[in-house]
Amino acid sequence: MLQIKELKAGIEGNQILKGINLEVNAGEIHAIMGPNGSGKSTLSAVIAGKEEYEVEGGTISFDGKNLLELDPEERAHNGIFLSFQYPVEIPGISVSNFIKTSITEKRKAQGLQTLPTKDLLKMMREKMELLSIKKGYLSRNMNEGFSGGEKKRNEIFQMAMLEPKLAILDETDSGLDIDALRIVANGVNKLRTGDNATIVITHYQRLLDYIVPDFVHVLHNGRIIKSGGKELALELEEKGYDWITKEADKKWA
Amino acid sequence: MSEQKRQSEDELLEKVTSSEYKYGFTTDVESDTIPKGLSEDVVRIISAKKNEPEWMLEYRLKAYNAWLEMEEPNWANINYTKPNYQEIIYYSAPKQKPVLDSLDDLDPEMKEMFDKLGISIDEQNKLANVAVDIVMDSVSVATSFKETLAEKGIIFCPISDAIQDHPELVKKYLGSVVPARDNFFSALNAAVFSDGSFCYIPKGVKCPMELSTYFRINEAGTGQFERTLLIADEGSQVSYLEGCTAPMRDENQLHAAVVELIAMDDANIKYSTVQNWYPGNAEGVGGVFNFVTKRGICHKSAKISWTQVETGSAVTWKYPSCILKGDNSIGEFFSVAVTNNRQQADTGTKMIHLGKNTKSTIIAKGISAGKSEGNYRGLVRISKGATNSRNFSQCDSLLMGDKCGSHTFPYIEVKNNSSKVEHEATTSKIGEDQIFYCNQRGIGTEAAIALIVNGYCKDVLNQLPMEFAVEAQKLLEISLEGSVG
Ligand SMILES: Nc1ncnc2c1ncn2[C@@H]1O[C@H](COP(=O)(O)OP(=O)(O)OP(=O)(O)O)[C@@H](O)[C@H]1O
Ligand SMILES: [Mg+2]
Repeated sequence: MLQIKELKAGIEGNQILKGINLEVNAGEIHAIMGPNGSGKSTLSAVIAGKEEYEVEGGTISFDGKNLLELDPEERAHNGIFLSFQYPVEIPGISVSNFIKTSITEKRKAQGLQTLPTKDLLKMMREKMELLSIKKGYLSRNMNEGFSGGEKKRNEIFQMAMLEPKLAILDETDSGLDIDALRIVANGVNKLRTGDNATIVITHYQRLLDYIVPDFVHVLHNGRIIKSGGKELALELEEKGYDWITKEADKKWA
Repeated sequence: MSEQKRQSEDELLEKVTSSEYKYGFTTDVESDTIPKGLSEDVVRIISAKKNEPEWMLEYRLKAYNAWLEMEEPNWANINYTKPNYQEIIYYSAPKQKPVLDSLDDLDPEMKEMFDKLGISIDEQNKLANVAVDIVMDSVSVATSFKETLAEKGIIFCPISDAIQDHPELVKKYLGSVVPARDNFFSALNAAVFSDGSFCYIPKGVKCPMELSTYFRINEAGTGQFERTLLIADEGSQVSYLEGCTAPMRDENQLHAAVVELIAMDDANIKYSTVQNWYPGNAEGVGGVFNFVTKRGICHKSAKISWTQVETGSAVTWKYPSCILKGDNSIGEFFSVAVTNNRQQADTGTKMIHLGKNTKSTIIAKGISAGKSEGNYRGLVRISKGATNSRNFSQCDSLLMGDKCGSHTFPYIEVKNNSSKVEHEATTSKIGEDQIFYCNQRGIGTEAAIALIVNGYCKDVLNQLPMEFAVEAQKLLEISLEGSVG
């Protein structure tokens, strides 16, 4: 589904991603871990198409398409979803209005008719139930005055509504309380099918107890320096990053 | 927000596709004009054409003489070439007999023009039960729903008819809130106004429908000087809308209107404007100079609420104001003012607190794009006798790009210590992060900006009647398209 080859990207001449290789297939869950500032959010932003970042080399293909040629909204229409580490406030726009606009635009791009409001509301209710979201939430303004955890839950709610092919969850777990973590992880699992895939960016093994990854990658200084199965996350939890980062630093010095 | 409203918001997003001024067409309706220029004779001709009584002619001549002695004001933050008042045509009426009982009797060509206008008159009538008076160039061409209103004793007619049919009301109130001598443009208007709307709501009557006036400048080189006089008698209620458009021209056209509102004890007036005069092209050529004096007076426990969405005009100078004369009266001002390209706007409000326990609220949202300049200028004056009075002002500016400017000039005078004035101001930019967030959710940049701007203006748009809110959103989008690259 997603193939990233030798991806190099940065900002204002400052290279952040220094040659990323990653392949994600339908049905898989990949976890990306790594120290602060290693480039995890940058990688997700580049996949989503944030123009601020300059791609200096390499390729990204998604379902056979050259992703780098598409605008961010076109990537979204093609099924890429990013749950932001820091969701943005849009004052004055209700959650329901925002999601409705989002779904309408996506359907328009796909040549589908606007979803009747009745169906949309029904779908919203179902997904709210799935994520134990309280009533009244739909008429609040997008992320305005939301607590950290509420913002994260709002991201997953949008994911549930948009049903993406590839979802990238950038530290969705941070800020969630223990119950919310379980609810959100549960939601993510329920939305899993053989046709979609998830990339989970996290600092904590705990999330991976709920969302069990097929692969774990360690990102350090703009490169994936180690990949393994779910047990790699346990090892990292125990030993920290030092033991692999030191080795990598020597290699790339 | 209602489901219906949300739906129409979406339709709106789909509809808008081009950023050209969409109302720029002229209509080939033969018109009856007088030679350009202003003189005592011209004032007499206008008065004669309207068959006016002697007192009205005198009123005009007095205003004209006052105007001769006045000087056109200079404003700190606006630059434009002052109009040559001898090059303007002061009277132009579509030749066919203007006032009709129903829109069906309208000249088909003119009807077609109305259809082309953003607010389709026909549709509005059906949809919203709106009574409409249309002023094209200088004369009212159609007033609808006259009879329905008459049953309740409501008078809604062209002001020229009111001068003939209700002289006692016009004589008593015309110039009572905005005296001819108030300023250069009000004096000019008093001398030459050729039409506008008149409205009287009797005691205790709640007007059953929105009243609306639609203004359009059509003839080249004409000025439009309409006069609106609205009287809400004790305990009555009315919601009034006005909209405006003008065709594209190379030269600037002058629009100098005067609006006077009188809210008697316990009356409630809601006055909404969607202003969309031609703003000139991207280089600032052409466009309407919009110099308007709007003022209302509130008697005991009365309330006046001004809502405006200003997207048009090359230069706008406008401060809808409230004189809170009666105890416990309330004044409100909700405004969105958009400037793009080379537009300049200096707009705001004045809240003059005279009565005890008077309250005012000001919510002003400025949006500047291109190389435009948007200014908020507001005065809150709480006089000595206006004890226990309150004002809350919030002035926000949103900048798009880095070549535009916005300034806020709040003037506050409080003359007693039991009153309280609060002022908040913010300036923000549409963030790349906000746009990217929307993009990531599949919303393209233009639609994202429209969404963000609508959110920013929500507190003001919510004050408008629904059909107007939709129209206003559409205008906001059109006037801001292409402003972020
Ligand atoms: N817009 C930007 N401007 C300047 N530097 C940036 C920008 N975005 C990222 N960087 C830099 O690139 C590096 C990687 O940042 P990134 O946000 O991708 O890290 P991360 O792995 O997500 O970290 P964290 O675990 O703290 O979220 C950091 O050194 C950061 O300062
Ligand atoms: Mg990060």
